[in-house]
Amino acid sequence: MGVHFLLAADGISRVLVLLTGLAAVAGVLFSWNIELRTNQFFAFFLALIGGVYGVFLSFDFFLLFVFYEIAIVPKYFLIAIWGSTRREYGAMKLALYSFVGSAMVLIGLLASYAATGSHSTALIDLAHGGLSPHFQMWCFPLVFIGFAILAGMWPFHTWAPTGHVAAPTAASMILAGVIMKLGAYGCLRVAMGLYPHGLDPWGFTFLGLGSWRDVFAVLAVIGIVYGALVALAQTDFKFVIGYSSVSHMGFVLLGLMTLNQIGETGAVMQMFSHGIIAGLLFAIVGRIVYDRTHTRQFGDLEKMHLARRLPFAAWAFVIAGVASMGLPGFSGFVAELEVLVGAWSAKPWWTVVAGVGIVVGVAYTWRALQKAFFSDRLPTPEEHSKEGWHTLGAITWPEVAGVTLLGAATLLVGIYPHVLLGQIEPAVKALLAGGGLQ
Amino acid sequence: MNYHDLFRATLPETVLECAALLVLVADLAFFRNAAAKSRAAIAAFLGILGCGVALWAVGTAGSLSYGADLLLSSGGTATVAQCAVLVLTALTLLLLVDAEFTRNPGEYVAVVLMSAAGGLLISAAQDLLVIFTGLELLSLGLYILTAFAKKSGKSAESALKYYLFGGMSAAFLLFGFSYLYGLSGSTNLQAVVHGAYAASANGGSPLLYLALVMVAAGLGFKVAAVPFHLWAPDTYEGAPAPAAAFIASVSKVASFALIVSISAAALHFMAALQPAAQTAHPALGFHFGWGLILAIMAVASMVFGNLAALAQSSVRRLLAYSAVAHAGYILLGLAWFSSTSRSAEAVMYYILTYGLTTIAAFGVVGVVERATGSDKMDAFLGLQKRNPLLAAVMLVLFLSLAGIPPLVGFWAKFNLFAAVLEVGGGAAPFALVALAVAFSAVSLYYYLQVLKRVYVMPAIDETPIKAHPVSMLVLLAMGAAVLVLGCFPALLQNWIAGFYPGI
Repeated sequence: MGVHFLLAADGISRVLVLLTGLAAVAGVLFSWNIELRTNQFFAFFLALIGGVYGVFLSFDFFLLFVFYEIAIVPKYFLIAIWGSTRREYGAMKLALYSFVGSAMVLIGLLASYAATGSHSTALIDLAHGGLSPHFQMWCFPLVFIGFAILAGMWPFHTWAPTGHVAAPTAASMILAGVIMKLGAYGCLRVAMGLYPHGLDPWGFTFLGLGSWRDVFAVLAVIGIVYGALVALAQTDFKFVIGYSSVSHMGFVLLGLMTLNQIGETGAVMQMFSHGIIAGLLFAIVGRIVYDRTHTRQFGDLEKMHLARRLPFAAWAFVIAGVASMGLPGFSGFVAELEVLVGAWSAKPWWTVVAGVGIVVGVAYTWRALQKAFFSDRLPTPEEHSKEGWHTLGAITWPEVAGVTLLGAATLLVGIYPHVLLGQIEPAVKALLAGGGLQ
Repeated sequence: MNYHDLFRATLPETVLECAALLVLVADLAFFRNAAAKSRAAIAAFLGILGCGVALWAVGTAGSLSYGADLLLSSGGTATVAQCAVLVLTALTLLLLVDAEFTRNPGEYVAVVLMSAAGGLLISAAQDLLVIFTGLELLSLGLYILTAFAKKSGKSAESALKYYLFGGMSAAFLLFGFSYLYGLSGSTNLQAVVHGAYAASANGGSPLLYLALVMVAAGLGFKVAAVPFHLWAPDTYEGAPAPAAAFIASVSKVASFALIVSISAAALHFMAALQPAAQTAHPALGFHFGWGLILAIMAVASMVFGNLAALAQSSVRRLLAYSAVAHAGYILLGLAWFSSTSRSAEAVMYYILTYGLTTIAAFGVVGVVERATGSDKMDAFLGLQKRNPLLAAVMLVLFLSLAGIPPLVGFWAKFNLFAAVLEVGGGAAPFALVALAVAFSAVSLYYYLQVLKRVYVMPAIDETPIKAHPVSMLVLLAMGAAVLVLGCFPALLQNWIAGFYPGI
């Protein structure tokens, strides 16, 4: 059948493998308190991580698809068994969205395999198989959307917030941190790598859109702004982070659609950066705060004075939030700046609208920070002396270790981005030159 | 043809019939007063022994001709299907160890073996009369097996339904065959195809299409394709678990092997034609009409089977509708059939692995049913706590049926759909493959509904479910096979390819 167990890694793969490793270790640290069916939890967790590693390292389309699907099923069980709010609904929705996306990818795989007649499913053989531009023109959106569903592209993002909220902490860290990157990685490596002509202009314009590139860029920009605005209106702490993921993943997709060196580099950088930061945010909200307060509603959290009672959580969230806003010194700044610069040289108005998303991003992060931790009101003496005031459990060492690991990663990359850029840039250059599949 | 050739060609069938008689005699003469468990074990053992000897005989059996007309073929699809029929029959017999539906295990095994002999016959048949005889031999046994749980009203009811549907579809099939004979003046498949082409080339004959529709009705019944599937849910629900496993696997393998033979005969003839003649009458003759009918049944089965399965609350009925859906996928592979062995190999691979998976699924259902007394989905609540191994086997089997890699069901689907796209260029096969892939995404939902009860939802009753060690071992082995064959798909694929002559 010409299917090969072909593993390889270029700079992009290496960065994402590093991200997976960090997120997985942190995920285990934040799962230290799982007591229900512990053995099964870690079995599913490791199966998930194994699938993710496989996707990032596969250079054979079939193999990549196999690993991609291996990552779907454990997610369902992780969320449905160990999750919280509406877990069975969230888990099923996520599984079906993922499976529909992968069905689209599978159709693309079958069509490409039959069309090249090369009797090989290695990416490089398919890319050199002489797929006609006409074929690429319709196969590209099929595969791209199939992967982009998992990357949370608007309007196919709705599985993401419900899935994130329902998932147990470690699973939502992996979900937002790594699984969504699987989709973006598939878009870059497979859809754009195999069907470069799919991005060519159609030859006519419809509503100002002249190619699939315009279509997906507009969807990405809408996702950035829409996700940020919806995050601004949430009353559940975890939904804020869930929608912020949609917004940040919009930057990744926008970066991919710039088709220039700096934009693509920014997209990969943003994959890493968002993976770390989203993981950190979900860990603070889902594990450190929720496991102690048993509520995620801002209305309840406002009355709890968490900044005084859980200062570690508050300051960890300040760091993560600041990184998420894209302040200089953190990885998010490097990534989003590069995406915006890339977008400017492609189409300036993309940058302008995406810039609005950043401003709203500052607003919702600020709002969440204030409502959850730094409410204005000082505790009354009665509250202070009330029983239960000091009963929030002490911060444990796995939590400190996890926060430190992820916080240090985003800070290191923010201060010295070359540590990753040196990996990403040559790989992106090769990919753009059309021969990135050696 | 002389009797020596006949005996040599039908040696596997003869071995099975002898084994059936031996089981019957041994059970009644020597073990009548033994404990029910040991009676069942001995009968099953003798039956499996019979299958083993027959498997050896398959290797020595040659083809059989009467004059210039081929009656029974050997090699290729015939041999693969015969091996599969024997192995799968042996596996369903193993399930008997843990079943308590009958006091006459000897008779049960004997009927299974006779039915399997019919399966062997149609796997190799190349003549309309042999096909019909084999089909009836297979089907009559299945009706009896369905009714074998004498204490269960459902069993009797479903057997009667099955019998009435089956009798009618056999009549349709025979009627269709009689038209084909009238058109071509022969009962040999190759000659029938040739005659049908000649008849339609001279202005076209509506009788041919009528005949094809009737044949398709008869065979569609055997493989439970929509709209001839109505017996399947009732039979799957009412029949004793080992019998249901037999119907769902062995009978399907043999029937699909038969359809492969018919499609191959049609194509063999088309390939022999001059290319000019081929382009002159692209819409005429046997091949086009046959492909069209199969494609229509395929679409209807995929759509209806998957949608109906969504609404089921009984796991057996769910398996029945999923079988309808799987029949749809396979028919798609048969509708765009290649002149090389590519499609035949893909179809045989699919039906073999599907048969294996579905036997194991019925094995698990049988164990749970014996412990809880129900095959409703809620009987599976908390299975991961009541019997973790069984739950793990179930997880593997159902995910394989849904087509999740790295399990064998995914590879079978991929292989089949790739074969369709390689054979048929253009929009129609692509659209249908896309439809099939989309509906396998739908199918994940109902398989997950069962697995959700096994793994996610809390148990109402936490008493452990015990399975007989032998059946547990068999189920584990089958689950492991689904996993291993999925990780190393070339194992089985090369084995199958070895039976087809090189191109």
